[in-house]
Amino acid sequence: MTVLLSSIHLTGPYWLSSTLKAVVALAVVSGGALVFGYVFLFKMMSFMQSRLGPMEAGPGGTMQPLAEGVKFLQKEDLIPALADKWVFALAPSVVLMSTFLLFLVIPAGPDLVIARYDTGIFLALAVSSLSVLGILMAGWSSANKYSLIGALRAAGQLIAYELPLVLAVVGVVIQAGSMSLPKIIDAQRHTKVFGTSLSGVPYIIPQFIGFVIFLIAVQAELTQTPFDMPIAESELVAGYQTEYTGFRFLVFFISEFATAFAYSAIAATIFLGGWYLPLLPHRGLWGNLLGVAVLGAKIMVVAFFIFWVRFTYPRFREDQLQSFAWKFLIPLALVNIMATAILKVIF
Amino acid sequence: MTATLPDWRKAAYVASQAADARVNVEIEAEGMTLNIGPQHPATHGTLRIVARLDGEQVVWADPAPGYMHRGYEKLTEVRTYPQVTTLVNRIDWLGSFCNEVPFILAAEQLMGIEAPARAQWIRTILFELGRIANLTLFLGDMGVQLGALTPVFYAFRDREYVLNLIEGATGGRFHPNFDRIGGLKDDLPKGWLDEVRTVMVKIEDFCTEMDDLLMGNPIFEKRTRGIGVIPVAVAKEYGLTGANARASGIDWDLRRDEDLPMAWKHCDWKVWTHGDGDSFARYWVRLQEVREATKIVRQLADGLPKGPIMTKVPKIIKVPAGEAYVWTENPLGAMGYYLVSQGGLGPFRCKIRTPSFSNISILPWVAKGVLVPDMITILASLYFILGDIDR
Repeated sequence: MTVLLSSIHLTGPYWLSSTLKAVVALAVVSGGALVFGYVFLFKMMSFMQSRLGPMEAGPGGTMQPLAEGVKFLQKEDLIPALADKWVFALAPSVVLMSTFLLFLVIPAGPDLVIARYDTGIFLALAVSSLSVLGILMAGWSSANKYSLIGALRAAGQLIAYELPLVLAVVGVVIQAGSMSLPKIIDAQRHTKVFGTSLSGVPYIIPQFIGFVIFLIAVQAELTQTPFDMPIAESELVAGYQTEYTGFRFLVFFISEFATAFAYSAIAATIFLGGWYLPLLPHRGLWGNLLGVAVLGAKIMVVAFFIFWVRFTYPRFREDQLQSFAWKFLIPLALVNIMATAILKVIF
Repeated sequence: MTATLPDWRKAAYVASQAADARVNVEIEAEGMTLNIGPQHPATHGTLRIVARLDGEQVVWADPAPGYMHRGYEKLTEVRTYPQVTTLVNRIDWLGSFCNEVPFILAAEQLMGIEAPARAQWIRTILFELGRIANLTLFLGDMGVQLGALTPVFYAFRDREYVLNLIEGATGGRFHPNFDRIGGLKDDLPKGWLDEVRTVMVKIEDFCTEMDDLLMGNPIFEKRTRGIGVIPVAVAKEYGLTGANARASGIDWDLRRDEDLPMAWKHCDWKVWTHGDGDSFARYWVRLQEVREATKIVRQLADGLPKGPIMTKVPKIIKVPAGEAYVWTENPLGAMGYYLVSQGGLGPFRCKIRTPSFSNISILPWVAKGVLVPDMITILASLYFILGDIDR
């Protein structure tokens, strides 16, 4: 236990801490995807649609995600005759890689962070756009018209929504005075809202507009309804995923939900104070353990809103999405930045 | 290189080269041809739409039906009259009972008989229940085509109550096969009418729910208002009927305008029209239609007359020689049977006029120049059942 703790504190042997971090990241990606798949896709969606969802596998159907995973593993691995085989096979991994890298900078406790970069949030937003590459690869290499249309839609959409996402974060960065996620949390522990000291008040209060813009942009980044045109099953069958089966499809699926998990974690961190909750211990073993629990709870709250919208709204049209991003979200985000900056300078 | 390969590999290689060439030609040519269907989520069935795209814009789109042709018109010629209802049940499979009625009415007209009042009223109730079962699914399905998954589950949930009613009275959920020449197979079971009244409340709640969930949604309005506008003249030209015509402002409903031996004339209800002629109007009109249907069913259930359910008909039904055309206002539009008899046990010829076939025929006109997502919603709002196109 002491070895584990010391490796968390970055004082243990390098190989141990690196291995531990890799294992933890792997567990978080797959575990987060499983939890989200079960809680939101299977249970919450079923509840909202007045049906029961999985019941048989395990208590309350909790083992259903595993059963689904095994099902995908058993399926035949089909590659279309015309597909560009290498690119086709590589594409899901590229998408999953960008998901993995997102977890690099998210602190789960006072000491539980894989890499303490000074520009953590910047890195997260940068690597998140790598997934476009994988999606374009998947769409082009499938040699399927639906895939191609889906991939091009995805590219257009992800580029358009990258901007409001970044701009929404800029407000927080200005307020916190740092791009490092642990420091943003620290700043929320001693919040100063334009000169007034409001200790422990998360940034969702002063940066509410930023929070809303961030969630909308995240929804688009995750290609979830109302922005799910790249998948749009009633139009494009399954968009860029059309030709994927078995394990490769599972990788897309895992990365979709793991990315939702990662973005919820980022939103929880920069807007809701991350692992920090007033009155709870915020150092030592208990601080770390409770930090994980607190962050988990906040992630679930954020994700609930994301999925709530997903299961309720119809989908925009491609051009409506673009005009919504460029004519509404981006100007609003810029105004938000302006206001934050001016108030920050004045007080 | 192909010399060393096994035969199936060679065939695959040749096919892939040919397909490659096709793809290259398409990439170089202006635009691309997209086959929507026959296997496609939006065509709920096996409708194929050949669309020529320029980017995402549809240059032209052409529906290519026929993938589910079952030859019912021909089959009726080798069936006796009572056997035909089993076939025609499967034309519009969501509102099956409505398919039986015009055929039976045409046969009755040729025989010169009329069902007793009670049978007429029960027929009308079941007809309207069929309409509700059909249109509730449309109201939910429109959401699916727009990307909202939840409404369709509500639709399936509430349609189930209606199907239970139909099953309770007829024994069949989807294919009642209950209408007979001269009346009905059975009388209603005990307590059925009370059940009808409770279900109608649920359906009205469902309509309110759809009103809030879909029509009240700004994205729904954005996606449907002003999309796929069909002017009155064009609607008439293409023979649009039912809610599609009423959404274009044509005040025409066969339940009111045709003198049929059915019970609609005894009820107080309204034919709704909408002037816009867009996808939103078509959805709105159908929503009102379901509400009116619940009203009709309620009134009929309250005033159901007593008496026999079958008039006197011979054991072996022979329809005298002659021709008759009867059409009714089915959930999808005007459905008619042109029945030619030569005095035999079965029809000599039976031409079936199905509404979806005409309704879909407008697609090339209305889809010209729209975007692919809009074409899907227009298709959904025109509302077709594949069995109704390819009978």
